Amino acid sequence: MSIPSLHRFPGRVLRWGWFLAAMACLGAQDIQVPPPPFTEGIFPCTACHDGTNLKVNRQRRELKDMHSDIVLKHGPESRWCLDCHDPLNRDRLHLASGELIPFTVSYELCGQCHGEKLRDWRAGVHGKRTGSWNGQKQYLLCVNCHNPHSPHFQALKPMPPPVTPGSIQRKGGAL
Amino acid sequence: MKNDGPLKSRRRFLGAAAAATAGALATLTGCGKNEVEAFLQHNFRELSKEDLKQVIARLEQDAKRKYGKHITIGNEPALQGVIFGYALDLSRCIGCRRCAKACVKENNPSRDPQIEWIRVLQMNKDEGVDIAHADPYYNPETVPQEGRFYMPVQCHQCRNAPCTKVCPVGATWMERDGMVVVDYNWCIGCRYCMAACPYGARRFNWGEPAIPAEEINPVTHYLGNRPRPKGVVEKCTFCIQRVRKGRYPACVEICPTGSRKFGDLADPKSEIRYILENKRVFIFKEELNTKPKFFYFYGV
Amino acid sequence: MEMLRAFARFAADSLGRMLSGNRYYYAWVGFLLLLIAAGSAAYLGQLRDGLIVTHMRDQVSWGFYIGNFTFLVGVAAAAIMLVIPAYVYDWEPIREITILGEVLAVSALVMCLCFVLVDIGRPDRFWHILPLVGRLNFPTSMLAWDVIVLNLYLLLNWFVVTYLLYCGYTRIHYVKAIVLPLVLFSIPMAVSIHTVTAFLFNGLASRPFWNSAILAPRFLASAFCSGPAILLVLLQILRKVTSLRIKDEAIFKVAELMAYTMGFTLFLTFAEAFKEFYSNTEHLVYTKYLWFGLQGHHTLVPFAWASAGCGLAAFLLLLVPRTRKNWVTLNIGCALIYASVYIEKGMGLIIPGLTPDPLGEIYVYTPSLTELLVAAGIFGVGFLVFTLMLKVAVPIMLGEMTIPSD
Repeated sequence: MSIPSLHRFPGRVLRWGWFLAAMACLGAQDIQVPPPPFTEGIFPCTACHDGTNLKVNRQRRELKDMHSDIVLKHGPESRWCLDCHDPLNRDRLHLASGELIPFTVSYELCGQCHGEKLRDWRAGVHGKRTGSWNGQKQYLLCVNCHNPHSPHFQALKPMPPPVTPGSIQRKGGAL
Repeated sequence: MKNDGPLKSRRRFLGAAAAATAGALATLTGCGKNEVEAFLQHNFRELSKEDLKQVIARLEQDAKRKYGKHITIGNEPALQGVIFGYALDLSRCIGCRRCAKACVKENNPSRDPQIEWIRVLQMNKDEGVDIAHADPYYNPETVPQEGRFYMPVQCHQCRNAPCTKVCPVGATWMERDGMVVVDYNWCIGCRYCMAACPYGARRFNWGEPAIPAEEINPVTHYLGNRPRPKGVVEKCTFCIQRVRKGRYPACVEICPTGSRKFGDLADPKSEIRYILENKRVFIFKEELNTKPKFFYFYGV
Repeated sequence: MEMLRAFARFAADSLGRMLSGNRYYYAWVGFLLLLIAAGSAAYLGQLRDGLIVTHMRDQVSWGFYIGNFTFLVGVAAAAIMLVIPAYVYDWEPIREITILGEVLAVSALVMCLCFVLVDIGRPDRFWHILPLVGRLNFPTSMLAWDVIVLNLYLLLNWFVVTYLLYCGYTRIHYVKAIVLPLVLFSIPMAVSIHTVTAFLFNGLASRPFWNSAILAPRFLASAFCSGPAILLVLLQILRKVTSLRIKDEAIFKVAELMAYTMGFTLFLTFAEAFKEFYSNTEHLVYTKYLWFGLQGHHTLVPFAWASAGCGLAAFLLLLVPRTRKNWVTLNIGCALIYASVYIEKGMGLIIPGLTPDPLGEIYVYTPSLTELLVAAGIFGVGFLVFTLMLKVAVPIMLGEMTIPSD
């Protein structure tokens, strides 16, 4: 999947584009969610990806110099980083339309493929449920539970089983 | 619901008689006033507001003496126009049992002898819901196990409850907001309700309940999670002490996979209604016509 | 006033009779008191520690106590076996001994009430079940019905016995208009106590083994064959140790009726088994657990087949006139019937109804030592009530105990 290059647009169009995108994001910020669970120090991405020292490399490859700790196992073989992360503005994710969204509303991106889950999530029936059933529900971002790079859940160790009825005895021995 | 009219005069008479008897008994037996009042206490639904205040004060005192911890026993009534419903996503439950343990932490059941209100059954995917081959004692290294699925069971708060029908003393009944509750001070421990329950949801205090003081949840409700005495029946109440204050039950909040959903069936915009209208829902042992408020569904 | 004094005399004399006797009497009463002491000690432990001293648990929440209760309700109901031929068919040979059947009913009912009392978790809250003072969930709860009919039946039998004995003591002829309606009323009452007890199991849809329409008829049939068994043995003992005259005819007739009711019981058992095995639904697990075991658990199997075997043998022994009229085989038949129905009501009804539990779990229940001791103590109480009442009843029936004329 090739990402349209924004460089061919004149400057003023780009600025308007940013503004409109920002407005769209604010409108989409209808659900209160916690901040994105970034690794310490990783954000803002533009600290390194400032468009000058690091050149944009759209070649699909295995990352070796940096971000090698990220295991990408999300969807088909052809999936790779810049499918979601905007190549020109690493502080943003981009939707299929090209529209940019901040990490704070990353669910919009997830919902593009996982539409049913997004719909359920908005209704309150997908995901961990805390808060108040008759008031403000507490929502989480998708990424608070699902690792976006490798979303498959790890198996958990179960908590201990209940005791069997035969093992319930009077304190101090059985009669 | 408090009874009025013809019962009021009977109650007043009995109340006076009880007070006189209590005084006499206390003197004769040398028992404390507390014990005699406990003995003569009537069914929760027949207590006046003042009686109930006294009862609660006495129970809080007893708990302080037994556990050395100050607890509050609330008596929040049902919220107007609310009927609670619960839905559990069988396609998402991984059998981690965090719900069962969170329930224990919240609801003050006895730790020794052990009581857990939620029981998680492990069954085989290729057999479906087949109780005859269910295993509640599974303990593998990790869950979910290949080819298995997990079905937690707890009180279904049935609208056509077989348990409330059979109680000989009316110690268990369905509240207006849908929870089936037990008056632990009225229950005689005959366990007929346990025989009647098709979901194996009720538990009995076979021995004196023991809870380490530091594990006691001090925020309780008279009909819910206040510490119970020996010889009475108890069960899940959808965390009545939480939900009547707008919170979710403890099991709903702890579930790491979001398999548990809860809400007001009377609110057309609630999550529970969304599930009932959009998901594939089934009722456990539906043919018994218990009309429960606990539903299972397949969300994936 | 006159009557009150006479009654006080009657009570005092009765007490005197109960407290005196020959050495066999003292030995027997002593033995019963020993049983009661052992049972009481065990029960005190249960009061202190809770029902955890039994082997009942959440998965099998009723056990030995309720099994005994159910069996004894049947014994109490069976006193009517004697009333029906005596009063309804006006069969003289049985008439004078119906009072013994009623004494048996009273003793059995006392035991029933004791078994309920020791089974509930809060015996101190027993008063909650009293109407008006407590809160009786009548008519919805079948246990509420049971409380009413059992106590009514107890009161009825106790009143008739006391009245008849009092009349015998004071040599006043009993007023037929009082006795006959009460005695006739006790027939539907007897049927009702066992029907209500059956309904309390029968009405639970959560227990498919019990949720069978045939349960109430089965209860009645097995009650009517087992109750008189004790009575027949007792009558033979009484004939030997007292000068009470009981016609052979009466005994053989009762034995014949027992044979028919046992036959019917066997038929109903077979009908149940057919339905379960032929339909072969998932509900077969309970019947299978009882007769063949399940998942390696075979605890009940020998008892189930023993009960069936004893029942069949007893049926044949009592049906065939030659063995019915032979005292040895008759008594063996009585013992076999008692054993068969006792096992069937406890292990054959309560446990398979609760195993596997509603979530499919098999917990193998066997009574604990406490349960056995408490039950023994209660049987001691029952036999003691029986003995003491007979100690008064028999002399009065023989005319040996009357009010002194002054």
